[in-house]
Amino acid sequence: MNRESETDDRNVESERSGDGIPEAGPAPSSVPDSGSLTPDVAATGAEKLAEVIVVTSGKGGVGKTTSSASIAVGLARRGKKVAVIDFDVGLRNLDLILGCERRVVYDFVNVIHGECTLKQALIKDKRHDTLFVLAASQTRDKEALTKEGVERVLKELRDDGFDYIVCDSPAGIEKGAYLAMYFADCAVVVVNPEVSSVRDSDRILGLLASKTRRAELGAAPVAQHLLLTRYNPSRVATGDMMSIDDVKDILGIEVVGVIPESEGVLAASNAGVPVILDDESSAGKAYEDAVARLLGEQRTMRFIDAPKKGLFSRLFGG
Amino acid sequence: MGIFDFLRSRNKHSASIAKERLRIIVAQERSQRGAPDYLPLLRREILEVIRKYVNVDMDEVDVHVENDGTHSVLELSVALPGLTTGMEGLRAER
Repeated sequence: MNRESETDDRNVESERSGDGIPEAGPAPSSVPDSGSLTPDVAATGAEKLAEVIVVTSGKGGVGKTTSSASIAVGLARRGKKVAVIDFDVGLRNLDLILGCERRVVYDFVNVIHGECTLKQALIKDKRHDTLFVLAASQTRDKEALTKEGVERVLKELRDDGFDYIVCDSPAGIEKGAYLAMYFADCAVVVVNPEVSSVRDSDRILGLLASKTRRAELGAAPVAQHLLLTRYNPSRVATGDMMSIDDVKDILGIEVVGVIPESEGVLAASNAGVPVILDDESSAGKAYEDAVARLLGEQRTMRFIDAPKKGLFSRLFGG
Repeated sequence: MGIFDFLRSRNKHSASIAKERLRIIVAQERSQRGAPDYLPLLRREILEVIRKYVNVDMDEVDVHVENDGTHSVLELSVALPGLTTGMEGLRAER
């Protein structure tokens, strides 16, 4: 626990009593409306621990933001209170995928710098009452995020009774990606069945095992899950694409979901409606399955076999 | 498979090539993970010294750091040409 950040926290808002002991129990009733998002926070916030999920990959363009949005919506649809944070400072995009880009007033960096309260910056999703979005800043440099600042925001979300905090990591292994994973309890590593993506994922798995708070404290390691995206069963069948088992063998961790390559994904981002809400698309259903598995449900993988070919295509290929 | 597939006989099993390449590079990168940054330079300088006396190939050197809790063992194996065993070990502890 960082004492300084505790103190900063107090400076931003009006003075609270006590010196910021985290396990202090229910907040005194005199606390102003500062960060409290639900009325029942005081009762439940103290003992409940929000789970921090980082969605990461190393490589760019594999579907981190698409996956973050759908996972967050999937959790919120189950009545969980979810915050999803865009860590990609300078390249904000999560808001577009979630369709709330015109409602961004304050962002993550504003909160960290104390220019607004967390409550002011959280954007409530139009479709789900329990989903809140914290947008990335468009203007600041990457150094705008600090470990203490991120820790303070996560703590405040925890105290506000959030069940899940989904951290949408930027690509690469620079500061933004490092901070997105640092406080994680659970990691969803998004990977395409393609050489550079798999190799980068292995780098990320190494960092999750060494450069996170859990690793530094010697606590239970960050739970690691693979999410295969842009999977094309037909190409796997012809030997042109690595299979689920191939990727699993190389990386050595469990697969929590396989999202087939689907037209629905582009259609969903065009519309600003996370693809998990598209009940027609295979990708949407596959995300729904993945969220269920993240919550411990057993579900068999769907959409992983090539469609049966008719006589015509059997004869003439295609 | 269509009957005209032979006309577009590309590299048939590119997925298995990908898997094999990844298996090797990932194993290699995992073994180097957490190793000190100076290792590549150390490896080169030691090799340069050895090459003053014996003509060894740059690739015939294997540098390894093993960590067993209290101390690390730096293991350096150099394959010398013309010896029956082929391998000669140098060990240094820190």
